[in-house]
Amino acid sequence: MTETLAPNVTYGPPEGYAAGVTRELVLDLHRRMVRIRMFEESAGKLVESGDMPGFLHLYVGQEAVAAGVMSVLDDVDQITSTHRGHGHAIAKGAEFRPMFAELYGKTTGYCKGRGGSMHIVDMNRGMLGANAIVGGGIPIAIGAAFAAQYRGDGSVAASFFGDGATNIGAFHESVNMAAVWDLPVLFICENNGYAEFTAQGNHMRLDDIAERANSYGIPGVVVDGMDALAVRAVAKVAVDRAKRGEGPTLIEAKTYRYFDHQGIKGMRIPYRDPAEVEAWKERDAIRLLEVIGTERGLATPEDFAAILAQTETDIADAIEFARSSPDPDPADILDDVYTV
Amino acid sequence: MNTRELTYVKAFNEGMHQIMAEDPDVFLIGEDVAGYGGVFHMFDGLLTTFGDKRVKDTPIAEQAIIGLGVGAAARGLRPVCDLMFMDFIGVAMDQIFNQAAKMKYMFGGAVSVPLTITTAGGAGMSAAAQHSQSLEAWLAHIPGLKVAMPASPYDAKGLIVGAIRDDNPVIVVLNKKMLGVKGPVPEELYSIPLGVANIVCEGDDVTIVAIGRMVIEATKAAQALGEQGISAEVIDPRTVQPLDIDTIVTSAKKTNRVLIVHEAVQFGGIGAEISSQVQESAFDYLDAPVTRLAAPFAPVPYAPILENAYVPDAARIVAAARQLVERS
Repeated sequence: MTETLAPNVTYGPPEGYAAGVTRELVLDLHRRMVRIRMFEESAGKLVESGDMPGFLHLYVGQEAVAAGVMSVLDDVDQITSTHRGHGHAIAKGAEFRPMFAELYGKTTGYCKGRGGSMHIVDMNRGMLGANAIVGGGIPIAIGAAFAAQYRGDGSVAASFFGDGATNIGAFHESVNMAAVWDLPVLFICENNGYAEFTAQGNHMRLDDIAERANSYGIPGVVVDGMDALAVRAVAKVAVDRAKRGEGPTLIEAKTYRYFDHQGIKGMRIPYRDPAEVEAWKERDAIRLLEVIGTERGLATPEDFAAILAQTETDIADAIEFARSSPDPDPADILDDVYTV
Repeated sequence: MNTRELTYVKAFNEGMHQIMAEDPDVFLIGEDVAGYGGVFHMFDGLLTTFGDKRVKDTPIAEQAIIGLGVGAAARGLRPVCDLMFMDFIGVAMDQIFNQAAKMKYMFGGAVSVPLTITTAGGAGMSAAAQHSQSLEAWLAHIPGLKVAMPASPYDAKGLIVGAIRDDNPVIVVLNKKMLGVKGPVPEELYSIPLGVANIVCEGDDVTIVAIGRMVIEATKAAQALGEQGISAEVIDPRTVQPLDIDTIVTSAKKTNRVLIVHEAVQFGGIGAEISSQVQESAFDYLDAPVTRLAAPFAPVPYAPILENAYVPDAARIVAAARQLVERS
């Protein structure tokens, strides 16, 4: 593959993408993914037990996409996320304490208890907000990309969305406008095969959503969304292209959602074959990276165990912090409706 | 200030030029706003003066136009996004009411969205049901949005500047039948703060609260009423969100009678909100029920005879005001 992608669809990461992988990179990607998975499983259990309010759209299974993309972005680069947004926030560097506090609806949360699970934001980390409207974050991302281009500050934006969102008008309008104006933005479609409970084959004719890039005259890339290194390699090419002023790229990461559309319980309706779920888990992103890391002698099982242990400690600390944080005061309910 | 006569659209245009010259973070996007200068020429000359980085024609994609503005505003720029006709706002509504309006609040104050949306509303040009609506009540209902409706050349300039300087999402609704209306406009850059009503003329017998172009009709009606010995006070709220209810209530307590006039359909219109707030705050002062004069509950019709019947005018305002005064 050449450095600049041709305006059509390519498959897989650039050749030799895993060459030159370092121990630091393996551990960095592993840490991002483990932090996502353990956060999600803890949060899921806390909602299930009734300890935490609301409901959750869990990201477990898709960790390689957030980790791979975020590993090539800096804090100045902006992302927009989805209703399934915890993974993006964590991979972008959001901290556990204000995240758990937000889920608990506390004043110490990222949104002071105003937003909850679907509206995590961290402006210091370039996390421009999760979004509870499918497709709602895509136009906002091109706005962030426009601001980067307008100021010439060299930053990029990335918008994460699912397969279902590529059927909504906001997707088409935004990708087209970004293409026309060569905006520095990555459109990251996390294709987990289901729009809520509807299988891809029942909501579009295409097998590869990246083909939609052809409609807008921009590159489309299909990548294995369970391989963080492959996602990272593809994202790097797209970021470099954006920074050269050549415009957006549509990346389709084929991945899978282990839990239901919402919640941590098993399938409430048999819309997926259990064998399908198990087959995807065989290619689990975290295990895949551990295998690559150990086979190449870059990291040891002890390294990975240490990341797990540290994450466990951080989660326990954050949950305690969140539980002991003050509730919001109903007297402040009108604060921040407007900027005054 | 040095003042001269300008049309409504030229006053607006001058405000755009001056605020863009003042603040390099202000940019304008929309359908045919650059090369053509906007369908009503409210953006004439901006492309030449400020270049194609700051004045950009877009694809016909209202959702992306507004969404781009939301994202750019969240990153600290001051976008002006034009929607041409107010009727097109539905196409972009998610970005307006779910995104722009709510980001500040649902993100716990972490983000401000200094976005200005310009559009043209109002009937009276045989533009029919999808190019004539007055949808301000729809927008005013959403916490987080502000809605300005300039009713004079002076306000067209001052409110666009006030909207762009405001740190919140503001929809500025120009009235397309007022584009050629002339009035005194200062040469200098000035700003009208959002949420301050204009007492267009003072009176003692009846308060007429008029929205948008109805301010012109109400002013004509007030002159006619004066000739008939009835002293009418005309109040233009200028913005329906925030609504300067204090000025209206103060007037109601003085005149004891309130008539509200707007082009939007009466049911669920801003008049209903004003009426409710007036009776809550000034019930003991009222000599007659707070009355509304607005469009019937139908889409805007095409045929001139139907459209004339649809939109309130000075004659009907006079009749409604007389009824209020003669009641007591």
